[in-house]
Amino acid sequence: METVTLTIKNQPDLFLEADTITPDAFAGKKIEEIADLHVYVGREQHRLGDFFEISGKAGATPEETKIVVNGDLSRVKYIGMKMTAGEVVVNGNADMYVGAWMQGGKITVNGDVDAFAGTGMKGGELIIKGNAGNYLGAAYRGDWRGMQAGTITVTGNAGSDIGTFMNGGEIVIGGDVDVHVATHAEGGRIIIKGNAKSRLGGQMVEGEIYVLGSIDLMMPGFAYREDVDVDVDGIKGRFALYEGDLGERHRKRKGQTIYAKLYQRIEA
Amino acid sequence: MTKTVTDVICPFCGTLCDDLEVVVSADNKELLEVYNACAIGAEKFLHSQAKDRITRPRMRQEDGSWKEISYDEAIEYTAKILTDARKPLMYGWSSTNCEAQAVGSEIGELVGAVMDNTATVCHGTSLIAVQDIGIPSCTLGEVKNRADRILFWGCNPAHAHPRHMSRYSIFPRGFFTGKGHKGRKVIVIDPRPTDTASVADVHLQIEQGRDYELLNAFRVAFKDEQLPDVVAGIPKEKIYEAAELLKSGRFVIIFFGMGVTQSLGKNHNIDEAIAVTRDLNEYTKAAIMPMRGHYNVTGSGQVWGWLFGFPYAVDLSRGFARYNPGETTSNDLLRRDEVDAVFVLGSDPGAHFPFSSVKKIYNLPSVAIDPHETPTTEVCKVHVPVAFVGVEVGGCAYRMDNVPIETRKVVEPPEGMMTDEEFLRHVLARVKEIQGV
Repeated sequence: METVTLTIKNQPDLFLEADTITPDAFAGKKIEEIADLHVYVGREQHRLGDFFEISGKAGATPEETKIVVNGDLSRVKYIGMKMTAGEVVVNGNADMYVGAWMQGGKITVNGDVDAFAGTGMKGGELIIKGNAGNYLGAAYRGDWRGMQAGTITVTGNAGSDIGTFMNGGEIVIGGDVDVHVATHAEGGRIIIKGNAKSRLGGQMVEGEIYVLGSIDLMMPGFAYREDVDVDVDGIKGRFALYEGDLGERHRKRKGQTIYAKLYQRIEA
Repeated sequence: MTKTVTDVICPFCGTLCDDLEVVVSADNKELLEVYNACAIGAEKFLHSQAKDRITRPRMRQEDGSWKEISYDEAIEYTAKILTDARKPLMYGWSSTNCEAQAVGSEIGELVGAVMDNTATVCHGTSLIAVQDIGIPSCTLGEVKNRADRILFWGCNPAHAHPRHMSRYSIFPRGFFTGKGHKGRKVIVIDPRPTDTASVADVHLQIEQGRDYELLNAFRVAFKDEQLPDVVAGIPKEKIYEAAELLKSGRFVIIFFGMGVTQSLGKNHNIDEAIAVTRDLNEYTKAAIMPMRGHYNVTGSGQVWGWLFGFPYAVDLSRGFARYNPGETTSNDLLRRDEVDAVFVLGSDPGAHFPFSSVKKIYNLPSVAIDPHETPTTEVCKVHVPVAFVGVEVGGCAYRMDNVPIETRKVVEPPEGMMTDEEFLRHVLARVKEIQGV
């Protein structure tokens, strides 16, 4: 695998829209060609090379291309957007839309990300070794197909509205989350290792939520069923199983109504 | 001699009353009296006659004082800040007519602006929910003629839409509602004992910020599933009772306001309220309607809907329309320093935005186009006074139920004053000149 290293040299005075920082856009290009890729500040079009020092070599295909981005990227949007393969490593904080609509490959962020990371994700791996903002792995506005597949792992905390309209895949949060988890979800799995606030699984049709810490307030549409032993993805212990959202529509399988499941840990 | 103009449209709130009578002088230059309007509406008409009204554009000087400038200078300044900026914010658009909104949209497209209206701090969250799950709605005429179950959730029309209850929702006698308020059951859900709540048959005094939970509980109750003993501070018996009251109606209408759109959960609250309406249609006929505030905020959503495909927070900076509230909404843009010029028309962010956002407006090149002196004109560099839409110039406006109503001109504006549309047409021409298109 070949590596291209980007180091931010000029901070944009507004925000930089850099949806070209992907292995797909870099693959098969010379360094000069990569420097000529378009980025935007408001309505102005610029070159990627105007903002970044670029070195190294891109692979022939996205699979063989790794991108390392260094510096303070808290004013750079869309890193790794729609990538299908390869690897991106971000050393610093990044702004909105990291790995949005990604289909494959791997993104590692050694820092925090702002909102809309992993929006409409279809595959691949997104690892955030800091905190994530709101709408992590959620659907884009108006889309009823949220995250379809892939995995998102956050070491720190996440904001509100994670996994909205989620259909598949997995989101693991190491810390705490804000309100509205897996709203409208029809599949997938969310694991919260810290505490949750309220509105977990509102309007949820199917899918699973695991909470290892506390929940401030359970949705009235979730009913306690029984205590169960859980052994999933390294999560072990005795959990209280709730089913819901009782107010929402649900399909039936062999005469049985299928509900979304919410597990809250009682003991490890 | 005076004359009376009848069937005048009130350009104040989204109720857009169309039965006002206005007395004007024979030469159409003075507006003397207003009949049938609520106190706020009457004041809007009478304020156009204020003796201390500002009638010429002004520019803020270094020492903080105003200097009168010509309309030409104001047009030049506005065109220049919009063309110099890389991402200008063009905000407001709710207290003007659709004609002006359309011209403004053309400017926005040329300069790559973010177009946002007052829905951003109001019913924008409702629009998100509508896009997510649709909306079963109706007109206010249907409410008047058919509705026998009226639910006000997080809104207080007694003060915010004063004639709404008498014209449409609680008191009028309609075709199938001949008994007026005696034939209707009114439910108010509000954490406060408001004046609207005082005329309700049922007032559920909900715990603040727990609307989503209570709405969810209604859906559980409709399906006769088990509820926890207390939800959002309301005992479950009362919830089952209210749910039954709604189901037993012939036509249920849910009106909602800022209490749900701008409290915890925002769009999710409306999303769940629409789901409640959808569920009720399993048992009876039900509809839901946002209580829109400014008289033509609905119209700006309509205009942008047909021009750009999105009703607010439209980012045109890259030459195509993008929409993502949370990123392209005014307060997020201002507080994150994402925009470099601010244009405000027909709205007052200085009064309604958080102070941190208002400070950003103060520090940017900025222009406010507004007939009044407002907190916004106080923080902007240039203030362009214009004629009052619906008083001194007509034009199309959309009522809260998306019914377009042509407003009427009843009196002449002070001599030499431009309308919103005229000013914008000049700015558009100048922008085209600067850009060479």
